Amino acid sequence: MSVAAASAAVAARFRTGDRVRVRRADVPGHIRTPWYVRGHTGVIERLCGAYPNPEELAYARSGLPAQPLYRVRFVQAQLWPDYAGSPADSIDIEIFQHWLEPA
Amino acid sequence: MNEHPDDHEGHDHAHPHPGVRPDGDDTLNYYQVMEIAVRELLIEKGVLSADAVRREVEKMDARSPAQGARVVARAWSDPAFKAKLLSLGNDALVDLGLERGPFKLVVVENTADVHNVVVCTLCSCYPRWLLGLPPDWYKSRNYRSRAVSEPRNVLREFGLDLRDDTTVRVHDSTADMRYLVLPARPSATERWSEEQLASIVTRDCMIGVAVPKAGSG
Repeated sequence: MSVAAASAAVAARFRTGDRVRVRRADVPGHIRTPWYVRGHTGVIERLCGAYPNPEELAYARSGLPAQPLYRVRFVQAQLWPDYAGSPADSIDIEIFQHWLEPA
Repeated sequence: MNEHPDDHEGHDHAHPHPGVRPDGDDTLNYYQVMEIAVRELLIEKGVLSADAVRREVEKMDARSPAQGARVVARAWSDPAFKAKLLSLGNDALVDLGLERGPFKLVVVENTADVHNVVVCTLCSCYPRWLLGLPPDWYKSRNYRSRAVSEPRNVLREFGLDLRDDTTVRVHDSTADMRYLVLPARPSATERWSEEQLASIVTRDCMIGVAVPKAGSG
């Protein structure tokens, strides 16, 4: 990330271990939040840093201020009703802060 | 072909050759046409040269999973390096003389209880600067959709049968991180050199659809 991007980053709202819900939104454009986690609750695994918003970059805009990006851990059995596997199985996904709300 | 015992010098191919499949590279799709158009424009306007484009393709093709295997073998042999790889992946690459890379590297470690597997459901994100180009199956809709929803079945199809009490962690590479699986070091390799260790670490082991075995080197 460039120095300019770092200085124009949105402050991080969440910390490792926080429970978060992914917004159940249907917005047009270049979205990097997969459908299968929208509306679901997970736990912040780590803060990855702040990155220019890909939804803006896709239209040749700056993507600034940079958005905090997290790895959020979901329990597989909660995402897929017929999931076959250990109840401990998980999936970690990178999600930008503006898609997350406290749960 | 049997009906043409002579070589094809000066042969104009005006007639069909039964049993010979066409090359299949004569029809360009939308994105191929767009790539050619953009590339030709950039060259015409002097932004890039054809040689610069060729050099980049050559450079990408020269990257291979052997680089990743070196990283894994060093992590198995050197606890301090391993700790750095797991916390500051890109810095650890630089220590080995490899490219830092354009993306943040997240290294996930397989243990006796946890197995990690990487997918990019949205496209084909992959640590290309480290492992080279991803395999075709990694980009397929089948792998991208099923690796997240039924990873154990997918792994079984790759020949990897995990115990029921092993925790499977899928990593969906949706944004700015790139992932490398650090496999568990097989038993009976205690006296192996780093070169020997690297020889059993394959591409698939670093994506997480296989595990290294001491007998496969």
